[in-house]
Amino acid sequence: MAYSEKVVDHYNNPRNVGSFGKDTPGVGTGLVGAPECGDVMKLQIKVNLETGVIEDAKFKTFGCGSAIASSSLATEWLKGKTVDEAAKIKNTDIVNELKLPPVKIHCSVLAEDAIKAALADYKEKNASAAAPVASK
Amino acid sequence: MALKFPIFMDAQSTTPCDPRVVEAMLPYFTEKFGHPASRNHPFGWEAEAAVDAARGKLARLIGARDPKELVFTSGGTEAINLALKGVAEMYREKGNHIVTTVIEQRAGIDVCKRLERQGYEVTYVPVQPDGLIDVEEIRKAVTDKTILISVMFANNEIGTIQDIAAIGKLAKEKGIIFHTDATQAVGKTPIDVEAMGIDLLSCTAHLIYGPKGVGALYVRRKGPRVRLAPLFDGGGHERGMRSGTLPVPLCVGFGRAAEIAQESMAAENARIAKLRDRLQDVILSSVDEAFLNGRPDRRLAGNLNISFAYVEGESVLMGLNKETALSSGSACTSSTLEPSYVIAALGASAELAHSSIRFSLHRFNTDEEVEYVGQRTIEVIKRLREMSPLYELAKEGIDLKTIKWKAE
Repeated sequence: MAYSEKVVDHYNNPRNVGSFGKDTPGVGTGLVGAPECGDVMKLQIKVNLETGVIEDAKFKTFGCGSAIASSSLATEWLKGKTVDEAAKIKNTDIVNELKLPPVKIHCSVLAEDAIKAALADYKEKNASAAAPVASK
Repeated sequence: MALKFPIFMDAQSTTPCDPRVVEAMLPYFTEKFGHPASRNHPFGWEAEAAVDAARGKLARLIGARDPKELVFTSGGTEAINLALKGVAEMYREKGNHIVTTVIEQRAGIDVCKRLERQGYEVTYVPVQPDGLIDVEEIRKAVTDKTILISVMFANNEIGTIQDIAAIGKLAKEKGIIFHTDATQAVGKTPIDVEAMGIDLLSCTAHLIYGPKGVGALYVRRKGPRVRLAPLFDGGGHERGMRSGTLPVPLCVGFGRAAEIAQESMAAENARIAKLRDRLQDVILSSVDEAFLNGRPDRRLAGNLNISFAYVEGESVLMGLNKETALSSGSACTSSTLEPSYVIAALGASAELAHSSIRFSLHRFNTDEEVEYVGQRTIEVIKRLREMSPLYELAKEGIDLKTIKWKAE
């Protein structure tokens, strides 16, 4: 199977690999997938608590090249988006951008799940403290 | 010597034709084009003589008494199909039970699955963690309805060589026909169908530097005489067991490849095993939590199979594939999207099946290639571990088994 150029690029030059401290204020962490399924993604967002904008995002992925590329792309897209905007990222956007073949669609689904999980974690941690931000 | 890319270390998937094999084949495409079943003119006689000579070389390689015991097929898959389905149909009145193992290659497993759908019963004997099949497990599985025992000679993923002689002895004792899928073993490890009590043996040319498109099934003629129902009906070629015009150039190539394998096996195995051991040392001495799959002392000389914890196999191959051809037991590299059932059957976690990489070396690999592939593998594993959430968790001292994973 040949990989699309964009998958190869993200694999060779993954954007935003790394971790934030889980308990840092404004950080939301999503850990999805399972080792026995062959892919696990950890995706983290760092939200500016005053503006509600995602200022930084990081990932680590155990999985195939397409899984790595999907999560790398997701972190790129998350940066600069508000929490609400981020929730609108769909797996099909990732499929189209990376030209993923049908057998790799689950990688994009996992990336979307990771985004949602990170957002949910952020919201849960900041439900009391940062609730006013979302309503403005 | 300068390295030439890409480097091929996937010799258990296929091998390049040896130039000597190609040379032997060439005349049979053009001037010596006869049909071996044309009994009444020199073109036919020439072709028949060539095919019989090839049969003789194959017979010598596996210790068959009579070259006529070899039936040419289109490859290993067809040979396995013919052996299993041929016995099942022919001996249906005697019984309906087959004993095989969980680590057979796909052809073996899938034929058995089909036979089960047709009303046969199949016992899949488990494998021990070291890759060996316990002969006693086979003994326990045998019933008075068992008509066939089918156990692979050497495994395609982990290279483990089974105790075929002991299984052959058991089969003789019980009066059951014994088939071995020797596609990975022929030409790589000494085989003697007489001493080992083998009744049926499947093999293929393209794994021993011969051409793709030809294989053979050894069918014992004496003690016992094994009979098979054919897969195809037609001209009754190959003693009625495999109708169809023989691909003479391919048969000649197979014969030449067998001859070279026999002449060079001892020296070549020693050389390849040394390269393989070096590759293993280079990698295992630099990478922690890398696990060798299969029993080290009963392995094909060219086989090295390692599971690298915390990294997924396809991503490893992707990091190397511009320069090195390897294979993996990861789901993403398989047509079924399931991880290696062989590695999983060893009792390893499914994660380690996804993380397995097979290096399979061959006649033309060099010291320089081994050093290069070893170093590059180490680099890629390190890079991917830096990117792996599992590695990070493990380094934090968290047992991955205690995490509740949310599978999609």
